[in-house]
Amino acid sequence: MTAGTEDHRRRPGDRRPAGLVGAAASLMGLVVAFIGGYVFLTADAGPDRVMEWLYRTVGLDGQASAIASRGLDPLTSRLMIVVVALVLGVGGIWAFYIATNRLVDQFSARTARALRPWVFVGPAVAMLAFYLVFPGVGTIVRAATDDGGLIENLKFAFTDPDILTAWRNNVLWIVLGTAGSVVIGLAVATLVDRVKREALAKTFVFLPLAISMVGAAVIWRFIYYWRPPGEEQIGLLNAVLTGIGKDPTPFFQTPLVNTLSLIVVMVWLQTGFAMVILSAAIKAVPTELVEAARIDGASEPQTFFRVVLPSIRGAVLTVTTTILIAILKVFDIVFVTTGGRFESDVIANRMFQEMIRFRHFGRASMLAVALLVVVVPMMIINVRNLRRQGIGA
Amino acid sequence: MTATTTPEARRTRTAGVDPVGTGFWSKAPVRMAVVLIAVAWSLPTVGVLISSFRSPNDINASGWWTVLVHPFETTWTFVNYQNVLTADGMFDAFVNSLIVTVPATVIPITMAAFAAYAFAWIDFPGRGILFAVVVGLLVVPLQMTLVPLLRTYNVLGITGSFAGTWLAHTGFGLPLAVYLLFNYISTLPRDIIESAAVDGASHFTTFTRLVLPLSMPALAAFAIFQFLWVWNDFLVALVFLGTDSEVAVLTARLNELVGSRGQDWHVLTAGAFVTMVVPVVVFLGLQRYFVRGLLAGSVKG
Repeated sequence: MTAGTEDHRRRPGDRRPAGLVGAAASLMGLVVAFIGGYVFLTADAGPDRVMEWLYRTVGLDGQASAIASRGLDPLTSRLMIVVVALVLGVGGIWAFYIATNRLVDQFSARTARALRPWVFVGPAVAMLAFYLVFPGVGTIVRAATDDGGLIENLKFAFTDPDILTAWRNNVLWIVLGTAGSVVIGLAVATLVDRVKREALAKTFVFLPLAISMVGAAVIWRFIYYWRPPGEEQIGLLNAVLTGIGKDPTPFFQTPLVNTLSLIVVMVWLQTGFAMVILSAAIKAVPTELVEAARIDGASEPQTFFRVVLPSIRGAVLTVTTTILIAILKVFDIVFVTTGGRFESDVIANRMFQEMIRFRHFGRASMLAVALLVVVVPMMIINVRNLRRQGIGA
Repeated sequence: MTATTTPEARRTRTAGVDPVGTGFWSKAPVRMAVVLIAVAWSLPTVGVLISSFRSPNDINASGWWTVLVHPFETTWTFVNYQNVLTADGMFDAFVNSLIVTVPATVIPITMAAFAAYAFAWIDFPGRGILFAVVVGLLVVPLQMTLVPLLRTYNVLGITGSFAGTWLAHTGFGLPLAVYLLFNYISTLPRDIIESAAVDGASHFTTFTRLVLPLSMPALAAFAIFQFLWVWNDFLVALVFLGTDSEVAVLTARLNELVGSRGQDWHVLTAGAFVTMVVPVVVFLGLQRYFVRGLLAGSVKG
């Protein structure tokens, strides 16, 4: 696994490291630049003040007071923020690694060798600790202590009538959403394998994967749009309903119908993912295997269910667990369309509402822990499955 | 071990025996089913696209599908886009999305690549355990971190800042990034890495001059994945960045429009398209890399 010990001899071609002072200075400069840029990005009218100061320093007082009184024009201001943000964000991270690496160069070869790995993994590990490990533990602690403590929060998470509705909906989402995406994805993957212009057909199904859930929610809100009977229906589904002589349905206001309607949106988004993974798996099934089955007189369905499907079992499992986890955490679609009203709530949305709207941090934390408990077994299945197949990139 | 076997498999497959037969009619049902699915999947988006170019009165007077039959009886216009970009603040939101997304893609990839290199090619104490922990963090749902992080952000006063949002996206994206990049970087030929060390290259030089260029396919695949993820993200933006027009990203802005102008379809359809344009272009242009990224994360090729 390793490339052996680090070689610290310096070749003539190698750049000599800056002195310790230089390295420390570059690190300091980096910190100052970062703080300066940060202030620039967060302070009100940062660009205005910077430009004003710039003009004043070069002696263009007229320009400076113009900015002071009227402010910078919005486009210039925006562009400045973009440039600083990109330089700061993209350049900053590289400057940081170069500076810390130089700093380590100053130590004796032995110390440097011991420190070097931490220059490489340190920042990532620190980020993970700060953003995942500590908050994760914090959430568990809060679930057990905030809002009346562990028992109250547990009672809330598993007996509150509204939460029970959300759980029921989550089960519907999981079962119908996952099954829908995987089955349709598998069907499409099998069908497109037999037509010309396969790539084109796939693109149509695949494209929703590039669309945000908020965007998808708006797109489907238009499809499900409802107006009272007698008015012109501009939502596709209600136009069809009135066209065949039925009353238009307020899809989002009708309990259960709204959940089912929103699950359709998720299936629309996720089928492309299932299709791509399964299609690749189907193509990797050895041709000889399929042909042998045909020669033995197996029908198309028999070949599919007895030969192809067992060969792609691993891929089906991966797709199923991956989509299942995504669906379990679904939030945007419900938030944007119904907001969880009319009995359409789901756990992730409720968690957000408890956190941001009601400030019930203990309850929100308990719901998050509940999500984790459901996700973990799925993830374990997923990782094991990947490992069994031999992970390739 | 590599996904690159897939194209070869495809070629032999199509060159082999036609699974259904060569006759036009025997293939007709399959073809029709495929066309039907393709149409069904594009219909919702097409409806929004068409509506975004119709005048507000026309959108409300008749369904968008009527223009398929009578394309010249509706007033086509760009005004919806002009209004949504200026008056409704979608241009600012677009710029904000750009400010958030680019660093939130580059930072985690850089950090993950450094870490993945060390995990794969530098021997240090605790390496195995540390790597297991990093991969184990894949299971933590975003929701598990929000409440304490929100508190920390408020204390530090970085709620609503771009920098805070980059770092949040970095933290959340790192486990997958390290995992995927490790899978790639650890399979690079040992000879190459070792001969670089013999030639006197430091780890830093080996990493930047050798490993990074060789890992381009994996880096590109993850970059596209993360870019689309961050651009389309709503939850992280809502919690850490907020909805002030100074900082609101496209998804947050579009959601605001649904709340404030929920019946104004000329606004919503054009707005939805503004949010979609970049990911769709990236996606269509770099589909190959994106598919590779998905495959890397899921199945052996």
